[in-house]
Amino acid sequence: MQWDIVIGLEIHVQLATKTKIFSGSSTAFGAEPNTQASAVDLAMPGTLPVPNEQAFRYAVMFGLAVNAEIGRRSVFDRKNYFYPDLPKGYQTTQLDHPIVGPGYVDIDLADGSTKRVRIHHAHLEEDAGKSLHEDFHGMTGIDLNRAGTPLIEVVTEPDMNSAEEAVAFAKKLHGLVSSLGICDGDMSQGSLRFDVNISLKPKGSNELGTRTETKNLNSFRFMEQAIAHEVERQMDILEDGGRIIQETRLYNGERGESRSMRSKEEANDYRYFPCPDLLPVVIDDDFIEGARKLLPELPDERKARFKEQYGLNDYDARLLSDDARMAAFFEETASHGKDAKLAANWVLGEFSARLNAEDKTVVQAPITGAQLGQLVARIADNTVSSSGAKKVFEALWSGSGDNADAVIEAQGLKQVSDTGALEAMVDEVLAGMPDQVAQYQEEGDPKKQKKMLGGFMGPLMKASKGQGNPKLFNEILVRKLGG
Amino acid sequence: MSISREDIEKVAVLARIRVDEAQISALESDLGNILNLVDELSAADTANIEPLSHPLDAVQRLRTDEVTETNQREAFQAIAPATEDGLYLVPRVIE
Repeated sequence: MQWDIVIGLEIHVQLATKTKIFSGSSTAFGAEPNTQASAVDLAMPGTLPVPNEQAFRYAVMFGLAVNAEIGRRSVFDRKNYFYPDLPKGYQTTQLDHPIVGPGYVDIDLADGSTKRVRIHHAHLEEDAGKSLHEDFHGMTGIDLNRAGTPLIEVVTEPDMNSAEEAVAFAKKLHGLVSSLGICDGDMSQGSLRFDVNISLKPKGSNELGTRTETKNLNSFRFMEQAIAHEVERQMDILEDGGRIIQETRLYNGERGESRSMRSKEEANDYRYFPCPDLLPVVIDDDFIEGARKLLPELPDERKARFKEQYGLNDYDARLLSDDARMAAFFEETASHGKDAKLAANWVLGEFSARLNAEDKTVVQAPITGAQLGQLVARIADNTVSSSGAKKVFEALWSGSGDNADAVIEAQGLKQVSDTGALEAMVDEVLAGMPDQVAQYQEEGDPKKQKKMLGGFMGPLMKASKGQGNPKLFNEILVRKLGG
Repeated sequence: MSISREDIEKVAVLARIRVDEAQISALESDLGNILNLVDELSAADTANIEPLSHPLDAVQRLRTDEVTETNQREAFQAIAPATEDGLYLVPRVIE
């Protein structure tokens, strides 16, 4: 049987505010456990929450960036459940009146088409603390520094139909929130966490199947694997005549397996009610217009600018513009590199390949855009050949050299581009190959002549010990042989 | 409106409140009376009334994003039943 895959996403985005959503505690990463957990965060009796204006501003900026309606009057609700990393016994969230209403994001797919993914809404809520299950004499350790960190939870419509589309959306959203500066985008630290809702239905059917939710995926790779894994699991069950149970599942990326996390009977009985500690938050036009003024260049605009300003093709422009930091790295490279197209090739080629191979983000790269740009400039002005440039890149990456010129000098990679010296070599080589020269000059077909030039290049490269600039050799040859 | 034993047992589990057999009968009538009161309220015609999310007719004040809290871990942990390495310790929870 043929199946349609239906995917919806819920994304938790940690907002890059200085303080928590309901208290003046710092949200700085990496502090000693519980040193950033105040009386409000610990749910001490008698405390009252006061919402952070910046969290609302960031949420509104997100709403504007995804073409959404802004909730003029948003209301906080209590979602009740017991877990020790949630000291209040409820999470303060927004259920019926979220800050961001329906919107959409357009994603680019590999076949060149675009697809619109609708956003159902996005709401503000607080993060929980962290549970450490290592052995504390059979007990669990709780760090509440993260408790109360502001999140927006973005909920999409079930508009994606493959792992490719879901990952494309996730990457787009990641690029969007990091470009907006409302999230640091560091997925390895949990700044963005994805929950994936998946169901299958017979091909062409209008009726949605029972869905499962796979929670807390914090890398694009795991997300892709988890979707493939869950689709296969559901397909096996359905094709054996079984039924899918609505449940939450956890995917273990290291082992490539998933397990059920919560049974259905306990699920979703959160007994939501409006939080009596918080009044409705009213956002006026001035606030919205103020947030609009703070919107930086967004990935779609940046892509258009890259095509216009640097003459990049659509594909390269998209790859370089999605992520704000990748875009900044490229622009730094291009500004030092003299040749934007060549800079794009190096950033997307050698540089990206190394990041992937070492599982690093742009920020963790051991070289700067300026360093790569200087190398690109030396390729552009023919100081170094492309094979020599790879050696320079290697030295910069490994840290054995800190600028392209010094590495070229130290490793003797400089191409001979002195026309006088090259001409002398050409004269000498041609003098030793009179027969080939005559043959070339008698040939009437320019195409065949062009081919014959190759016969001279070998001896020339040998004469120059591999350091002659092939492009210049070629020019000189054509001139000498023709005249 | 009445409330069933099953409802009471379920709510007790969700609220992590231990309720013994003897209490359930009493709760059945007490909670039933409260629900009857709510039913009476439900009889009011609210067709033209905007739903209220808070009894006060006021708007929430927001706070500027500045750190105002200092580290009080020692004071808070002095009243915690168990701590170690700066962590609060709780009975093991593994989901």
